[in-house]
Amino acid sequence: MPRLSIWTIRMSLLYLLAGATIGVFVLADKGIGAYPASWHWFGAHQEFLLFGWLGQFAMGIGYWAFPRYRGNHRGNPTLAGAAVVLLNAGILLVFASTFWGWTSILWGRALESAAALSFACYAWPRIKPTGA
Amino acid sequence: MPSIVRWYVKTALLYLALALGMGVWQQTTAWSGALMPAYWHLFLVGWLTQLIFGIALWMLPSYTRQQPRHNETLNWAVYGTLNVGLLLRAVAEPLRAVQKGNAAMWGWVPVVSAILQWLAALGFVVNAWPRVRGPRRPTRGGG
Repeated sequence: MPRLSIWTIRMSLLYLLAGATIGVFVLADKGIGAYPASWHWFGAHQEFLLFGWLGQFAMGIGYWAFPRYRGNHRGNPTLAGAAVVLLNAGILLVFASTFWGWTSILWGRALESAAALSFACYAWPRIKPTGA
Repeated sequence: MPSIVRWYVKTALLYLALALGMGVWQQTTAWSGALMPAYWHLFLVGWLTQLIFGIALWMLPSYTRQQPRHNETLNWAVYGTLNVGLLLRAVAEPLRAVQKGNAAMWGWVPVVSAILQWLAALGFVVNAWPRVRGPRRPTRGGG
């Protein structure tokens, strides 16, 4: 497994744990009303699990498993690496918006969109018949 | 495909059907709002996350030759806690919302559900983490 996939998948596992931990408090508050402050973190719960866990895990597996180019290489890793950096910066900015207000959500979403575009541009030519 | 992977993937497919069916039901009932969290979690946890857990168990590099999927008992425990936790939530949360008089009765079920799902996430991470690695280097001396 290439180093970029190792980093990306491990980051996604950490987001899974972080998002699930917030979810415990939110769901417990629904049940017994013990943690009303947890709702302040609800956006982070969604962000960590949707983009940090599901989205990032898919990118890590895609980089590892999509068909490779001739010579067994995965192409220029800069674009894929940029996608990972942009995605994580975006997630953390949206998370920070829990405390800073809406403008950082806007910038966070912009970074996440740039990450998606960057990964799509990287992965597009690798989605091809094996050996082609 | 190993037995545990088949269980994960087939259960995920059932949740996909269940979640989308609930989406239809939601449009025809007055409980629409009460069903919304269960609908999303059946889809995102029951289908997507469970499918990922199953495929990851199958595809990630082997832990060792003897234990390719690391701790198999823990893998089954993750399967159990994830699904019991999710089903408890899917039943208790809408019922709690519509049976306000019996709210106390249903109050602890989401707590148990939350803890079970969290334990599932923790168990998956513990088992998957050492399998997310590069290729093993051959040992020196040809051993």
